[in-house]
Amino acid sequence: MRFAVITFPGSNCDHDVFHATKEVLNQPTDMLWYDQKQDLSGYDCIILPGGFSYGDYLRSGAIARFARIMESVINYAEQGGLILGICNGFQILLEADLLPGAMKINDSLKFTCRFSRIRVENNKTPFTICCQEGEVLNIPVAHGEGNYYIDPDGLQSLIKNDQIVVRYEDDRENPNGSVDNIAGICNKEGNVFGLMPHPERCSENILGGPTGDGYKIFSSILQSIKERGELIGHK
Amino acid sequence: MNWKVRIKTMLKKSILDPQGQAVAGGLEALGYKNIADVHVGKSMELVVKNIDDEKEVCQQVEEMCRRLLANIVIEDYTYQIEKMEG
Repeated sequence: MRFAVITFPGSNCDHDVFHATKEVLNQPTDMLWYDQKQDLSGYDCIILPGGFSYGDYLRSGAIARFARIMESVINYAEQGGLILGICNGFQILLEADLLPGAMKINDSLKFTCRFSRIRVENNKTPFTICCQEGEVLNIPVAHGEGNYYIDPDGLQSLIKNDQIVVRYEDDRENPNGSVDNIAGICNKEGNVFGLMPHPERCSENILGGPTGDGYKIFSSILQSIKERGELIGHK
Repeated sequence: MNWKVRIKTMLKKSILDPQGQAVAGGLEALGYKNIADVHVGKSMELVVKNIDDEKEVCQQVEEMCRRLLANIVIEDYTYQIEKMEG
């Protein structure tokens, strides 16, 4: 299994994700630079980390979406490769139209950094197969623009296609005002997943979080890659 | 020919604007009780160089708005184009 983590100018969780896949998951992991096209066919999963790419100028993710490597990422997604976007990574996936909807500034207008309880609504995605359906994970959020918006028709389509992967447990747990308490969604095909909470920040017990719940996201990816049995790019 | 372009982006009217609401609250706190519909948006200025045909400028600005400057999922955009002298 081989993971890749993309570093954009302003990414600040790239090394945390690298640690999670390389040291905690014990899988070979490469850091990829944003400014060149890449052959991604040798990777089993690409991760877009959190941070403030391009200083969040204009809108979070709006400029990173046109970084050279994104052409390769979009191509990789079309081939069915697994892509995980965390926080700013999620925002980039939205701006790149790899996932539907958009992000607004948090309803509170405040940057919110705390643990959040999220419920696994769909445990059949490659990113959640190690979770129980309805299981509540305790994973921290840290963002100022995580107020997910999609219009009513789009929301119905997400629900119908089982694309809402994780929701904040209830209105009180919702840290940003996001529509229908959405914390993370996948595309129709299920190979692209974006979420605001940071699983890499609680992927081992020593990092706090009573259970290391973030590990379940990473171990799900590993498990589903094993079940697939081959690299997407080699098909 | 060069053109001065002023672009405004704003959350669509149908979408709750938390910044606009906060500003409305601030104005009310200052004693302005007759304020409604406050929206906060972005304003950008740029120069488009070396195009003679205004239609072509419009086309390019339109394209730039849709591809980058506005997120058309949640934002509307408007722009003004003005011929620059000299």
